[in-house]
Amino acid sequence: MSKPYTRPLDFKHGLVNLTHGSGGRAMAQLVSELFAAEFANDWLAQGNDQAILPPPGGRIAIATDSHVISPLFFPGGDIGSLAVHGTVNDLAMGGATPLYLSAGFILEEGLPLADLARIVRSMAAAAREAGVAIVTGDTKVVELGKGDGVFISTTGVGVVADGVKLSGDQARPGDVVLLSGTLGDHGMAVMSQREGLGFGSPILSDSAALHTLAADLMAASPGLRLMRDPTRGGLATTLNEIAQQSGVGMRLQESAIPVQASVRAACEFLGLDPLYIANEGKLVAICPAAEAAAALAALHAHPLGQQAAIIGEVVADAHQFVRVATDFGGERLLDWLSGEMLPRIC
Amino acid sequence: MKYVDEFRRGDVARGMAAQISRLVDPAREYRLMEFCGGHTHAIARYGLTGLLPDNIKLIHGPGCPVCVLPIGRVDSAIELALRPDVILCSYGDTLRVPASNKMSLYQARAKGADVRMVYSTNDALQIARDNPHKQVVFFAIGFETTTPPTALALIQARQEQLTNFSVFCNHVLTPPAMRHLLAAGDAVQLDGFIGPSHVSTVIGSAPYAAVAEEFAKPVVIAGFEPLDVLQAVAMLVEQINQGRTEVETQFTRAVTHAGNQKARERVAQTMVLRDSFEWRGLGQVPHSALAIHPDFADFDAELRFALPYRHVPDHKACECGAILRGQKQPQDCKVFGIVCTPDNPLGSCMVSSEGACAAHYHYGRFVQGATA
Repeated sequence: MSKPYTRPLDFKHGLVNLTHGSGGRAMAQLVSELFAAEFANDWLAQGNDQAILPPPGGRIAIATDSHVISPLFFPGGDIGSLAVHGTVNDLAMGGATPLYLSAGFILEEGLPLADLARIVRSMAAAAREAGVAIVTGDTKVVELGKGDGVFISTTGVGVVADGVKLSGDQARPGDVVLLSGTLGDHGMAVMSQREGLGFGSPILSDSAALHTLAADLMAASPGLRLMRDPTRGGLATTLNEIAQQSGVGMRLQESAIPVQASVRAACEFLGLDPLYIANEGKLVAICPAAEAAAALAALHAHPLGQQAAIIGEVVADAHQFVRVATDFGGERLLDWLSGEMLPRIC
Repeated sequence: MKYVDEFRRGDVARGMAAQISRLVDPAREYRLMEFCGGHTHAIARYGLTGLLPDNIKLIHGPGCPVCVLPIGRVDSAIELALRPDVILCSYGDTLRVPASNKMSLYQARAKGADVRMVYSTNDALQIARDNPHKQVVFFAIGFETTTPPTALALIQARQEQLTNFSVFCNHVLTPPAMRHLLAAGDAVQLDGFIGPSHVSTVIGSAPYAAVAEEFAKPVVIAGFEPLDVLQAVAMLVEQINQGRTEVETQFTRAVTHAGNQKARERVAQTMVLRDSFEWRGLGQVPHSALAIHPDFADFDAELRFALPYRHVPDHKACECGAILRGQKQPQDCKVFGIVCTPDNPLGSCMVSSEGACAAHYHYGRFVQGATA
C-alpha cells in the first residue's frame, strides 16, 4: 500500500485551529513541516520528548524568558527574533556562552499560519546568527480570545568559563557605569507601532543578541563586575536593582546617556522618559575605574557598541539612591518605575 | 531637539537664577504658587528650587487634573466600567487613582471591567465605532486644556449618530479654583501665581484679570519648560517689588489675551457651567466645572446611566487636601513615602507625576535623605 497523501499545510491562507495542539496528526504535521524544518538540527531531528546533549565542559547557565509582545511584528524585529535574543542575552549577561534553546509556543486559534511561519523563520534565523540550536519545544493551542496571537517561552542553556564571576552584588564605590548604546529604541518602536504613531523616520527596535559584545567586553576588562540588559523598566530599573543588590548608590551624567533624537522626540511627545523604556539589544556594565577606558574601547570596536558611553559612577550611599546630574545643572533621583509607565495628561 | 532644548539650557538657567538673586529683597519672603501640575513636575524634575534664593518659596497648587478628582467621581467611573455592557475609555494617569474599597480602574480591569487607556478622544470614538453593541463611555477629566477635545468628540458623535457613545464629564475650570483658594477663610498666604500654561492657550490671559484685581495678586502665565518657570519667577518678583498686581504672560509663544476662540466656542456649544462641583482638597467650589449641555443630553453618561453622586471622605491620614490648598508640603504628611508611595498610593497626589507628592517622591526625596 502506498503512503496516504497528506495535504501540505496552507501557509498562505491557513489558520491555526485547535487540532494543531491536540497531539494528533495535525500537530505532528505542524511540527514537522514548520518547526523541525526551520529549526533543523540533529537533536530536534531525533524526534524524542527530550534533547540529550553532550557535556558542555564548564559550569552551566540556564535562563528562561516568556514573550507576550503586541504587535507581533514591529519595526526592527518580531516576537520570534525577540524570543531568541531575550534569552540569549540573559545568558550572556552572566558571562555564559549560549549553546541551546528550548521553545514553548502557545498559539491562539485563528492565528494565520503565514504569520506563524514568518515568526518561526525569523526565530530560526536569529538562532543561527547567534550560534545557538533550538533543540526541543512544545506547542499548545488555546481558544480564540484566550491568547494574543502567539506567546513564546524560551529557555536557554549556556556554559560559563572557569573564573568568570559576574553578579549584581559586585558593584563597588568608585566603579564606572558603561552603557553599550542608545536607550529606548525597542520600547518606542513597539509603542509607535501600537499607537499608530507615524514619526518622520521609523524608530527601529534594537533587538539583538549581545553575547559576542559581552565576550569582547569581558576580554577587555578582566575585573568586570557585572553586566545587565536593561529590558523592561529600562535603565532606571536595572540600575536600581544593581544598587540594591550591591548596597551602593550611583551618580549618572544625563548628558552622557545616549538617546536617539527620534526616540527623545517620541518620548517628549508621549510624556515618557527614555530612561524607563525597554531595550532589547543594549547592555549596562560596571567595571573598575582603571579598566574603564579599555572596556569602552572594546565596546566601540564591536558593531553593537559603537555608541557606547561611560554614563556615571558607583558611589557609597546608604539609601542606595541612583541620582542623575541633569543637563540643566540640577540633580534628580532616578527612581524605580512605579506601576506601569503611563503618559501624563496635561 | 529643536523648540525644546532651547528652554532647558543650564547655562541660561544659571544666568537667570543670578538675575533673580539680584532682584529679590532679602528682607522679605516671596510666596509664589505654581498652579499647574505641569509646573510642579518641571520644578521637581529640573531641581529649580535649588537654583532659587531661599526667600522664594514655591507652593504647589491644585492644578493636577488627576489629583483634584474627588473619590466619588472615580467610584462612579468604576461602577460604570464594571457594567458588562460598558467599555470605559480613560486617559492613562486616571487608571491608578485610589477610590473606595481599595478599588481603582486598574483593579476594576483585573475584575473583568473593560477599561481602555486612550491618548485622545478620537481613540474613544473609534472604539465606539468598532463596538456598536457596547456602550462606550469616555471618562472626561482635566482642566480647560482637555476640554476642547471632549467638545469635538461630542460634536463628532452627534454628526455620526454614534448612539453608543457618551461622555462622563468631569472637566473643571481654573479661575474659579484660584478665586476659591484666595477667598477661603484659612487661605494660605500667597504673594503671586505662576499661572497655568496649556490652560491659558485655550482661555487666554483675560480670565485671570478679575482674580488678580480683586485679591491684589500678580499672575504670570508661564510655559512648562524650566526656563519658562524661572523667567516667570523673575517677572513675579519684579511685580511684587514694584507693588504691581497685573496679569502678565511669559508664555507669549502660545498664549494670547483672548485665547483660542474656536476652541472656546465648541466648549460653549457642548457644555454648561455647573452650579457647584466637588474638588478633592478644596471641597465644593461654586461654578468651577462643566456638565454636558442640554442640547447634547443624549451623550451625557450621567443621564444615560443615572449616576448618583456620593461624597466620599479622603483617607484619614492623607494630607492631599492640605497639600492641594498649598497649606502643607508632601514631606509634612505622616504617611508620605511610608504607607503612601507611587506603588501603593493612598491619595491622588501620589498618583500622577504632576502630583506634588509623586513629583517630590520621584525626583526630590534624596534632598531630605527621606526614607527610601
